[in-house]
Amino acid sequence: MSLLSVRNLSAFYGDYQALFGIDFTLMQGETVAIIGANAAGKSTFLRAITGLVNTRSDKFNYQGNPLDGSAASKIVEMGIAMVPEGRRLFPSLSVEDNLKIGAYSGRAGKWTLQRVYEMFPKLRERSEVSGTSLSGGEQQMVAIGRALMANPDLLLCDELSLGLAPIIIKDIYDALPAIKAEGVSLLVVEQDINQALAIADRFYCFQEGRITLSGSPEDSSKANIATAYFGRSQ
Amino acid sequence: MNSGSAIDYRVERSTRASRLGGVFGLILLALLIAVPYASDRALMRLLIEMFYFIALAQMWNLLAGYGGLVSIGQQAFLGLGGYSLFVLTTHLGLGAVWSIPVAGFVGAAISLPVAFLVFRLRGHYFAIGTWVIAEIFLLGFAQITALGGGSGMSLPVSVVKSIASTRSGRDTAVYWVALAVVAAVITIVYLLLRSRHGLALTAIRDSERASSSLGVDNFKTKLLVYIFAAFGTAAIGALIFLTKLRISPSAAFDINWTTTVIFIVVIGGIGTIEGPILGTIVFFLLRESLADYGSWYLILLGATAVLVMLRAPQGLWGLIILKYDLHFFPVQQRLHLQTELPKDE
Amino acid sequence: MIEWINSIVQGVLTGGLYALFATGLAIIFGVMRLINITHGDLIVLAAFVAMVIIETTGLNPFLSMLAVLPIMFVFGYFLQRGILNFTLGDDLLPPLLVTFGLSIVIQNVLLQIFSADSQRLKVGSIETTSLHLTNNLAVGVFPLIIFVTAVVLIIILQYIFNSTDIGRAFRATSDDPTTAQLMGINNKHIFGLAMGVAMVLVGIAGVFLAIRTNFDPSIGPSRLLYAFEAVIMGGMGSLWGTLAGGIILGVAQNIGAKLDPGWQILAGHIAFLIVLIFRPRGLFPRTFDE
Repeated sequence: MSLLSVRNLSAFYGDYQALFGIDFTLMQGETVAIIGANAAGKSTFLRAITGLVNTRSDKFNYQGNPLDGSAASKIVEMGIAMVPEGRRLFPSLSVEDNLKIGAYSGRAGKWTLQRVYEMFPKLRERSEVSGTSLSGGEQQMVAIGRALMANPDLLLCDELSLGLAPIIIKDIYDALPAIKAEGVSLLVVEQDINQALAIADRFYCFQEGRITLSGSPEDSSKANIATAYFGRSQ
Repeated sequence: MNSGSAIDYRVERSTRASRLGGVFGLILLALLIAVPYASDRALMRLLIEMFYFIALAQMWNLLAGYGGLVSIGQQAFLGLGGYSLFVLTTHLGLGAVWSIPVAGFVGAAISLPVAFLVFRLRGHYFAIGTWVIAEIFLLGFAQITALGGGSGMSLPVSVVKSIASTRSGRDTAVYWVALAVVAAVITIVYLLLRSRHGLALTAIRDSERASSSLGVDNFKTKLLVYIFAAFGTAAIGALIFLTKLRISPSAAFDINWTTTVIFIVVIGGIGTIEGPILGTIVFFLLRESLADYGSWYLILLGATAVLVMLRAPQGLWGLIILKYDLHFFPVQQRLHLQTELPKDE
Repeated sequence: MIEWINSIVQGVLTGGLYALFATGLAIIFGVMRLINITHGDLIVLAAFVAMVIIETTGLNPFLSMLAVLPIMFVFGYFLQRGILNFTLGDDLLPPLLVTFGLSIVIQNVLLQIFSADSQRLKVGSIETTSLHLTNNLAVGVFPLIIFVTAVVLIIILQYIFNSTDIGRAFRATSDDPTTAQLMGINNKHIFGLAMGVAMVLVGIAGVFLAIRTNFDPSIGPSRLLYAFEAVIMGGMGSLWGTLAGGIILGVAQNIGAKLDPGWQILAGHIAFLIVLIFRPRGLFPRTFDE
């Protein structure tokens, strides 16, 4: 079943156009990666899905329901949860409160506070502490846990590796297969190409607001990817 | 990629509107100077009130609209200026007209310790802090028996007579002083905004972080604006109480001075020189036409301010700028191209 | 000596009333960063609403709250969603100016309807009864009730904010409105609820004010100033801080009055300035800005 179905999507920040004619699909159970350099439009695409930027499209559906025009606060009810770029934990909330607020929409499912703690045991020890006083890697775990508490069908991960040391990045990405195994589909936006392609079934490469390459990691050569990532003049 | 031929351009400040406006303004000024000869006392008193509100509004606009310092306590300096006038003329024998700029300097001097206190506060706290300072002035002056305490004092007859010997002479003299004050204020503000400091202010208004990264000393610039606004407000306060001939703490430090000024600036258009003038005209039109309806006029004024802020936060003049790009007091520099730009490939 | 202690105790109890004025403001300030100039006038509005209800139903002022509080809640919710939500953002001016305008409108509408006459709500002997703590020290029963009410309300609010889903949502929205939406929180609705809660507190404050002192349409702004001083001294985000701020204000005013009756309010303002000189962000600031 198709979860995300996008045809000819354009996105705008005021008058400034950030995405041009994006065609994109994501099937249930898939893990799709979006790679690209800084300001390529990757995060903008995620923001378009979560209703935070203005869009125009021929088709922009989630499970058959239209996404454009949806209020951002309705997205999670539809089954989409986001792990935002930079984690964006709530400073006034403890770790446990940050996790609990993820469940605000009241969607039922397998992900409970206990399951999140089982997945990230370190957080149980630090549950009363303010979210922002944790290390970067721990914060990322909280951000993922918070998104999981909404029991999503689709998890959007925006730059999970941002600002983290390689060994921490590996730990974070090692947690993803367990999430996949529970039937959650993943849309992973990443600047770290290796990690992204290692877990993805398919990928898209964005450059300056357009898709320059798409396919599966096995079928695409490194040279093609580099060209698509950096653009023609490299 | 080559740059091709050089592009010819001119940097200009004046617009056609401003050149026309300049001529119109001179004519208006001449007419206003001539008003006393028509000897309509009521008209003169109304114009004087409009002059000092325009001046006050320019000061508040400079502070909040350009300096980003939203103060709801400028009445502290207004009242201070008023009391300075009374002290300077009554106790120190200074001429009434000269007392006005001197009162300005008193305001500027006092603004230094005040700034020391309130500049420690940010945003909302700054606004409330300035209000508290004004309340302290109000309550403090009410304790000074030498100045009449809570009931205030009147300007002694000898001082009043020193302005001019006849009442109509006094009316005319005060009118011309008021006109001179508002003309001076508008000119100084206009020149200031066209200068380097004005550019710094506009940069601060648009983005403090960006302007500071470009070398603008935010703190110093804001402090200078604050002191200058205190100077102006105090001088205007002296003028106001010269026209009223009587002062008391509750009249001098009344927060309504600030509420009225804020309404004028908001409805007229914040961050422009034309805005406060337009706002004052609108305010007085409302006041004069609804004078018989008591508090309804205030209800309408309040509702207008709410609507303007929600629907047109740039104010009436802001709307005019949007629609017609009209500037009578052009402050921005404009680029006029004299060759055509090469087309994008 | 005992008179000084008496003054201080009276000051502390007055602090309870100021805290009552201030908690509603603290919530609005804390959740929405909204500077609400109408706050004092809304307290006065609540007092007049209570007066009308009492006159039409004959209920006693305490019982009138059963009607006043729901009315204020609904009013607050629609005020927020209908007008104030549109002023929120980074700029300080729009909420300041819109609430300034509303303040003028409310004061003058009340003036038109009720005139400038001074009013008072009567509850009988409880207004004047004193409780004798020791032979020399007496406190008014009603001020004590007000103080205790303030403390109880703060305890309840702390519980709501810290331990309930809605309280978590308030805190999250206050921290980061955009990310809060990603959790499924409808900001506009949350802000409406926060204002509704604040208006319930304003309703309680209004009724108590109306019993404690004479009121008329013009006394709003000075109540606002006391409320702001209490909130700012306490530090944004801290309800107990607001109580502390109120107490400092009340005690300072009473000590000032003891030195010279004309200095009462002045002493309060000076205490406010002194606190801010040493602690520009208040005594117990909790959040990370300003």
